[in-house]
Amino acid sequence: MAGIIGYGAYVPRNRIKVEEIAKVWGADAPSYKRGLMLQEKSVPSPDQDVITMSVEATKHALARAQIDPARIGAVYVGSESHPYAVKPSGTVLAEAIGATPEVHCADFEFACKAGSEAMFVCMGLADAGSIEYGLAVGADTSQGAPSDALEYSAAAGAASFIIGRDPGVAKVIDTYAFMTDTPDFWRRSYMHYPRHAGRFTGEPAYFKHITSCANGIMEKVNMKPKDFAYVVFHQPNGKFPQRVGKMLGFTKEQIEPGWLSPTLGNTYSGSSPMGLTATLDVAKPGDMILMVSYGSGAGSDGFVFEVTGKIDEVRNVAPRTRELLDKKKYIEYGTYAKYRRKIRMGE
Amino acid sequence: MRDVAVIGVGMQKWGELWKKSLRDIFTESALLAIDEAGVDRIDSMYVGCMSSGLFVGQEHLGSLLADYLGVAPIPALRVESACASGGAAFRQAYFDVASGANDIVLAGGVEKMTDVDGGGATFALSTAADAEYEVYSGVTFPGLYAMVAVAHMHAYGTTREQLAEVSVKNHKNGALNPLAQYPFEVTVDQVLSSVMIADPLTILDCSPITDGAAAAILCPLDMVDDLTDNEPVKILSSAHATDSIALHSRKDLTWLSAVAKAGQIAYKSAGLTPSDIDFVEVHDCFTIAEICAIEALGFFEKGKGGTGAASGETAMGGRIPVNPSGGLKSKGHPVGATGIAQIVETVKQLRGDGGERQVEGARVGMAQNMGGTGGSCVTHILGKA
Amino acid sequence: MSTSAKYWRGIPQRYRLEAERCASCGMEFFPPRLVCSGCGARKFMPITLGDHGKLLTYTVIRVGPSEFCEQTPYAMGIVELEGGVRMTAQIADVDFDDLEVGMPVRIEFRKIREEGQAGILCYGYKFVPAD
Ligand SMILES: [Zn+2]
Repeated sequence: MAGIIGYGAYVPRNRIKVEEIAKVWGADAPSYKRGLMLQEKSVPSPDQDVITMSVEATKHALARAQIDPARIGAVYVGSESHPYAVKPSGTVLAEAIGATPEVHCADFEFACKAGSEAMFVCMGLADAGSIEYGLAVGADTSQGAPSDALEYSAAAGAASFIIGRDPGVAKVIDTYAFMTDTPDFWRRSYMHYPRHAGRFTGEPAYFKHITSCANGIMEKVNMKPKDFAYVVFHQPNGKFPQRVGKMLGFTKEQIEPGWLSPTLGNTYSGSSPMGLTATLDVAKPGDMILMVSYGSGAGSDGFVFEVTGKIDEVRNVAPRTRELLDKKKYIEYGTYAKYRRKIRMGE
Repeated sequence: MRDVAVIGVGMQKWGELWKKSLRDIFTESALLAIDEAGVDRIDSMYVGCMSSGLFVGQEHLGSLLADYLGVAPIPALRVESACASGGAAFRQAYFDVASGANDIVLAGGVEKMTDVDGGGATFALSTAADAEYEVYSGVTFPGLYAMVAVAHMHAYGTTREQLAEVSVKNHKNGALNPLAQYPFEVTVDQVLSSVMIADPLTILDCSPITDGAAAAILCPLDMVDDLTDNEPVKILSSAHATDSIALHSRKDLTWLSAVAKAGQIAYKSAGLTPSDIDFVEVHDCFTIAEICAIEALGFFEKGKGGTGAASGETAMGGRIPVNPSGGLKSKGHPVGATGIAQIVETVKQLRGDGGERQVEGARVGMAQNMGGTGGSCVTHILGKA
Repeated sequence: MSTSAKYWRGIPQRYRLEAERCASCGMEFFPPRLVCSGCGARKFMPITLGDHGKLLTYTVIRVGPSEFCEQTPYAMGIVELEGGVRMTAQIADVDFDDLEVGMPVRIEFRKIREEGQAGILCYGYKFVPAD
């Protein structure tokens, strides 16, 4: 089976606290913090977008992979906030890292699952022998509508994986996918902000797909929650991954290393992939990791990884995900509104 | 080569000339120069203009302005070297006369900057820097000179107050110049507390956006008596040098090598040294630019321009009065016209027509006009004939 | 008016810092040139610049060109990269009070500007504090 040869993450420096957002809308910050288990979220600067974060996360992944970028045969960027409506993010990324021109590029979109599906496709191509290396990125600079619950969580970040035919730092033991048509969250063309179906996004959407996918892949590989050192779920807020972990029989300790959302927010397509980079940062050789993404609309991709001895060689070659998360500068709502283009400017 | 004299100069008050177009302001100054010289014809003309295309959407200025001046079909050419366009036009006129090709030549300069808004003016001026490797990143001219200032302060201990002294001195001189755009005095405190444009430069460190023109009439020195009753001023030397237009390509960010080179050539061909110069008009587009220029021209040692500016030696009555006209800072900086306006001031001073701001006993004056951050420099030395 | 061709032409420099070294005197050039300004030679070897350097000078632009107003105020600097090549770019993610000559910086890939709301997005290099 394929493996992760190198991995890297990127987080913008700006953070805004839940209290700062709640203050503007007269909302009760403590209840948001308690209810959603969110303290703050990352905010991109005006000069950061999915493409720039993908390039930086990929530089970290390449530093760990130590491969010639020209050998990358596929570049897939998963995001729901690609900077262009029409024109690929992947070609800019491929050009920036020197992977052009003999490379296949595609941009993926599947709400918060687009990053894991880029990984999924790269693994398939590597296993099939169609490519030597594939680059899979999950990145987003998502926006929630002002005052909507999503405004407290919609964040920015990226995770990048070089996937190859060798086990690399983490061997892919198996993959699994679970999809249905479930309209829990969407954004129509030309709309600035997404819409969601309130509490319908919970039980029939997030929880059903993640538990079904997790159970499906564990059955496929004949493993139980206790067989895993770590588990990573999609993290739309701090609370959901904890709750779904508990439902499936995982402990807090298994979830903890990849549980970034309380201080990162929901990086959408970057969410579970960044949870995985943070988990690889602390994993030991032989550890088994379960990752289950979730994208509204709806579906989950499941992966079982076995960490190899190579992890100790590459871990410190690039910044760890939590080191990136610790570098921060708090901004006020006015600056956030300016950076996120919530202020109407003169022509 | 023939010796060349300036026999007439013309300039009207500069400022935000809302009612006047580029062709109006140029023609008015050109007519003043022609009338002052008292000549009845022009054989050719050169017009310095940096960016009429971006400022007023008009190229092909040579022919347009010759037509409006009523001198067509004489040869007429627009000359461009960013903010040194005026000096470059004067140098072309000088060569035209010196070579014997033409006898009575008009050198003019013009810029109409207020027909675009602030963003448009910032953009037009920024094209004097490297468009692909400086401007692309968002640099502005105040920003580039601010980086020169920071480097100078770091290398030589030049202070924020010393920069301000340049503005204070030039505004003091300009207050006595009725043609200046901003003929009022400012204090060090006012400079320091004015709006920050690009740290550490405030708006009172920066030359303004100006509409203006200036003109001069040149002829062979030996024909002066036949052509005019006006007192001639002789061109002692003309020099021009270039440097990379990208500031980052220079070995020493604090040193204007094109200014130094043009200065050396100008001194040598005039057979003079800095101590022979009685006053100098330098290109103070920003306060730091004057500090760098007085070093590069040899009036102060390298690194001592800041202390020199604060010492009073560059003030009227000092060892080397710098910018008796008020400089670009107070007089205004219609970029293409600036180099010619420096000549206008130099000629007036050498004739003893400086009025309240006359440099006592002035016999030799220098005009130093540069483009961009010093990517080009045109320097002339003029003397009493 | 689209500047696609002009932008596209600069991609090797703006994205990958492709530069060259004079085959005769070893002087490095960014962007590449046809003639060495050091020795006049016309043969060069391609090189890629490193991404670390130190700040030679800086400023904070408070009044920027209109297409940069969203980013204003922003820091800019001239950096000497390891190897000696110098370049001008914005310094992102820096607290202005921390700016100082000699400060170590590294290069990050950022969006430089947008050609209005409907035009192309222009990417390139910026500096960030190295720490
Ligand atoms: Zn060479």
